[in-house]
Amino acid sequence: MTTLPHNAKFGQSAIDNTVERPGERAPLVLNLTTFGEVTATVCRVNEAEKAPFAWYVAFAGAVGLLSILGACITYLIFTGVGVWGLNNPVMWAYDITNFVFWVGIGHAGTLISAILFLFRQKWRTGINRFAEAMTIFAVICAGTFPGIHVGRVWFAYWLFPIPNQMEMWPQFRSPLLWDVFAVSTYFTVSLLFWYTGMVPDLATLRDRAKGKLQQLGYGIFALGWRGSNRHWHRYERAYLLLAALSTPLVLSVHSVVSFDFATSQLPGWHTTIFPPYFVAGAIFSGFAMVVTLAVPARELFGLKDLITLRHLDNMNKVILATGCMVGYAYSMEFFIAWYSGAMYEKFAFINRAFGQYWWAYLIMVSCNVITPQLFWFKKLRTSIPIMFVLSIVVNVGMWFERFVIIVSSLANDFLPSSWDMFTPTWVDIGTMVGAFGLFFTLFLLFCRYLPMIAMAEVKAIMPRADPHGLGGPSKSKHSHATSHAAAHDAGHTNL
Amino acid sequence: MTAVVTNTTQPLATANAKATRLHGLLAEFETPGDLMHAAEKVRDAGYRWWDCHSPFPVHGLDAAMGIKRTILPVLVFGAGATGTFTALGLQAFTNSFSETIWAGVWVTGYPFLISGKPAMSLPAFIPVIFELTILFSALSAVSLMFLFNGLPQLYHPLFKSNRFRRASNDRFFIVIEARDPKFLPKKTEEFLKTLDPIAVEAVED
Repeated sequence: MTTLPHNAKFGQSAIDNTVERPGERAPLVLNLTTFGEVTATVCRVNEAEKAPFAWYVAFAGAVGLLSILGACITYLIFTGVGVWGLNNPVMWAYDITNFVFWVGIGHAGTLISAILFLFRQKWRTGINRFAEAMTIFAVICAGTFPGIHVGRVWFAYWLFPIPNQMEMWPQFRSPLLWDVFAVSTYFTVSLLFWYTGMVPDLATLRDRAKGKLQQLGYGIFALGWRGSNRHWHRYERAYLLLAALSTPLVLSVHSVVSFDFATSQLPGWHTTIFPPYFVAGAIFSGFAMVVTLAVPARELFGLKDLITLRHLDNMNKVILATGCMVGYAYSMEFFIAWYSGAMYEKFAFINRAFGQYWWAYLIMVSCNVITPQLFWFKKLRTSIPIMFVLSIVVNVGMWFERFVIIVSSLANDFLPSSWDMFTPTWVDIGTMVGAFGLFFTLFLLFCRYLPMIAMAEVKAIMPRADPHGLGGPSKSKHSHATSHAAAHDAGHTNL
Repeated sequence: MTAVVTNTTQPLATANAKATRLHGLLAEFETPGDLMHAAEKVRDAGYRWWDCHSPFPVHGLDAAMGIKRTILPVLVFGAGATGTFTALGLQAFTNSFSETIWAGVWVTGYPFLISGKPAMSLPAFIPVIFELTILFSALSAVSLMFLFNGLPQLYHPLFKSNRFRRASNDRFFIVIEARDPKFLPKKTEEFLKTLDPIAVEAVED
């Protein structure tokens, strides 16, 4: 146990937890010294009479965009997919671009909740709840697109093996059907993971609720959780199992999405690097979205002590790492196009960079490979305005990546006589923008009504939670533990 | 943090035990360390119908309470294996053979020839097999966990205690239930007080 009061050096509020001190753990919760303060800080968001003014403005904007989505989908269903700018070679464009984009966004949530859990990365606890929420809402947005792009949406149930009077079954050798199973499993498991993790926190809100409606609502969804250790024992087992199951699942989902392209014979799609390349890209864009959401959320709802600069710094490091992987994949695709000696493959890649969609390729490379390199510098990595702008830039780049892969490969295939150029219509653009409305509407409702930070998990990683350390017995014979507890909660602690 | 033990015991159940049945005795603790030491003593005293309540899982408390490892992972493995064979059966039946079976309704498979693949093309069936394995495992992990925990249970005597509300916030509790064979209201209360709690309280059924 450490007895060196580091706080004396820095002063409690000025602690910089992005500093690495060899042999010590940086604090992940700043300024909040007791469990009660953590509860109060997180619950304040849900218990406030009124949300911050900015919340109402954002919500109005999000609902506005959502209604555009509703209008575009209604128009599409009543008229047909001809309202999109698709043409003969380019039969997939914005619809599948948006689908892949949104599924990818979701992957960061599962990475944070499952993979970082297995790796015992304690900083995940500050951000996992809303990253998982982001996953679920992103997958809802993603699921919308395959649902509406089938043309006759009233036959969308044909995707599932449901016995019917035509004795017709789905074709299980098609990657598109694998996708149905992968994405629906992913959604179900993510929802289970998110909800299971939230039950103890819903119980906290239930126990604090003043109004009848809140007591009833939180009470029902808390399922009568009462923090029993016999329950916690099974709960922790189940949670570990979910993490262990979600880890291969999340890697499989974007691999299966990439199979939609990789198993075809189209140059530019038919490459073996696709599964890992898509997974890296998904995590890259997902982390960028977490940063985009975390920066305003921690500011607006006063969560800076729980989502600290260190959390953001760590996420930016992940963005940098995955951005480099994506950059490697881009260059490897070009290398293989040359090295394989395949004429069509070579053309597809030269055409991708210098053909009719050169501008999209340029946006993709500069946003995904060049600008994230700024994160090599700690000063930029820990600067709030810079990370916020860069995270948006990354997501613009990742949207264009999917657009470039899908559209440029389709537009110029084997036969020059069938080449064409894709131009989006207003319905294409409206649906794409509207999906952000769906996403942000759900996310803002989540922020207002559900615990945004996993309180139980954050409390469990506080130095004070260790029964053999700072959380030790409060009696006099052990007083050395508690007397220093307050001093150390906000400072670095020994490993 | 000030560790003042107040022992503000309310007049305990002995008086009104006849009017309402006693659910058990509740002892409140301030730190996880206090809880753990108390739990060890309750375990060693031979109580069986008792539990600890904490706002987060306390590391090492399972051993302090003497909780045996749950069988949950074994059952989840079974559910996962069921998912594997369900997916294999589903795909082989619908796409590889033209058998008619009764599965709620009469259904017939359709051997579907596509891109020259064999009727029973196992490699192409792997992704769906994998996904259903995960799906079945995850669903069983969560549902069995809640089932074994006896949740959802929206009513519980402990919810009547105002003190107990802090179990989901920042306090730690031990509850010894009245149905425990070793439970004697006076003796158990005296015993709990020796564990240095902040307070001991009777909880009515």
